[in-house]
Amino acid sequence: MANEPILRIVGLTKSFGGEKAADNISFELVPGQALGIIGPNGSGKSTLINLITGFVKPTAGQIFFKGKNITGIAPHKAVDLGITRSFQMSRPFYNLPVFKNLIIPLSSPRARRSRGGKYGDRDETAIHLLEEVGFERDSQVPYKDAGALPHGYLKRLELARCLSLEPEMLILDELFSGMSMSEIASVIPLLEKIKEDGCTLVMVEHRLTELFRIIDKVIVLNFGQKIAEGKPSDVMKQEAVMKAYLGSEVVESA
Amino acid sequence: MSHLVYRKERVDRGIKVRSDDIFILASLRDLSYATLPKTLAIVILLLFPLLKDLVGTYWESVLVTTIVISLLALSWDLLASAGLVSLGQALFFGVGSYLTGWLSRTFALTPIMSIPLATLVGALLTTLILYPVLRLRGIYFGLITFALPLLLSRVIEVTKILGGTEGLNKIPPLPNLTTELYILIVVLLVCIYAYRRLITSDYGLVLQAVRDNDRAVMAAGFDIQRLKAQAVFLAALPATFAGAFLTHHFQVVGMQSFALDYSILPLTSVIVGGAGTFFGSVLGAFIMIPLSEFLREFASLRVVIYSLLLLIFAIGLPEGIFHFIRRRYQQFERMTALEGESDKRGK
Repeated sequence: MANEPILRIVGLTKSFGGEKAADNISFELVPGQALGIIGPNGSGKSTLINLITGFVKPTAGQIFFKGKNITGIAPHKAVDLGITRSFQMSRPFYNLPVFKNLIIPLSSPRARRSRGGKYGDRDETAIHLLEEVGFERDSQVPYKDAGALPHGYLKRLELARCLSLEPEMLILDELFSGMSMSEIASVIPLLEKIKEDGCTLVMVEHRLTELFRIIDKVIVLNFGQKIAEGKPSDVMKQEAVMKAYLGSEVVESA
Repeated sequence: MSHLVYRKERVDRGIKVRSDDIFILASLRDLSYATLPKTLAIVILLLFPLLKDLVGTYWESVLVTTIVISLLALSWDLLASAGLVSLGQALFFGVGSYLTGWLSRTFALTPIMSIPLATLVGALLTTLILYPVLRLRGIYFGLITFALPLLLSRVIEVTKILGGTEGLNKIPPLPNLTTELYILIVVLLVCIYAYRRLITSDYGLVLQAVRDNDRAVMAAGFDIQRLKAQAVFLAALPATFAGAFLTHHFQVVGMQSFALDYSILPLTSVIVGGAGTFFGSVLGAFIMIPLSEFLREFASLRVVIYSLLLLIFAIGLPEGIFHFIRRRYQQFERMTALEGESDKRGK
């Protein structure tokens, strides 16, 4: 039973009007694995995340998390089970100090259950988490307003927000977007550590080179359909994938 | 150096900077700086009922109305902190009014029993009424709350329940005006204190987060529908109390408990005083309600002058009087050179 999938998706479909943003998608994910979801713009990556985390209700199909049917679950219940997501557009509470931003997830039912802690203790936990994602404790940055943070730090804050909920499955929606090469380089060890700690990772990304350093398995989406699945190195050689990414003419002439 | 350009600069008073920190206890001066405004307001408020011979019962009863509207404004402010903009505070007020009237008529309860009961049950009831519309945001929620009290008063008119258009009379009175005032003042102070504590707690932070970015709060694992319902319940308490209290004050309850006044007056108080601090909304009520009494001399021009003043406040001081006064108290303005000083400021 050790390899029972943590996430199993069966025939997941979501249509907006006539448009199918997710079309009969099925896959499985083993605990501790890191999955990458890639595909061109508008291929349904974010919809897939929204479906898994309950922000969007599917038209058809089922989602199982640790064997439990969670299809159409309310977002907060998904978090309660251990599914945590980041947002593509990280919108922190700008008028709050950075560490206070973490008080909100830290006082959620899930965090209270696993961490306990009273009003005040959470401040210390928040600073700890910020250190973990690369904020320097002595730099005063954690005490500044979140509105003053540069983009790279906002992404780290978003990551700290997710980690504060002690996720079993962490879903990152374009974490690398807008980050510089050096910022990405400094975040990768952190992601590897999260993975080592046994957290299942799901990453939607456009930055493939960096993504492939972390993930074990990749799924390629195009027009809401899963067109490929497998090891990153194998998948990228498939013709369908190259067509989706580069356009069919380029592939044929090559 | 003759063509230096100056601009206004706002600087924190040194005493403010110090009193923001632990050094506040260092001197009596700092201590009084931080506590005097609050203490002064509380003392004046507590002394007012004792000056009955000096101010007359008329202005004492104006104070009753003022505090009642203050409570409704406080309630509005808490709702707004959670992103729920209410245009119908009369809903809470009316439900509290009718409940206490019905309770004291049906079960012959004394005010000591019926007011707290109406406050609690009323808050619960209004939370249930508003529960289905809590998922609406911004103006949509506001419009529903605006319509609900008007709807309820029509229901009472048509179905002739709870006394219909005539209302319920012969409701047991409260002891005397001085006692009434002290009850109100204590409730008002407790409410301000409790709300300010609440909003600065972790729970209050989450409520404000619902206002700023509800998706992030959902993603943090909160049931925001439940949070909003809790906010409505907590905010309803002073408002239903205000309704219940005034019912016993007038010894009658009627359809006017759902009147537009109780939705509009708290709103004008918040606009004038400034939202978000609870002090502001109370200050607004303490300005606008006595003001409208003064304006009675102008008879039919009263509404015109009142509206004009409101307009001036809203445009001239959109942040609210309280924020303005507080800034003046904590900061001062001075002229500073714009050119030639640039290397200095660059440091």
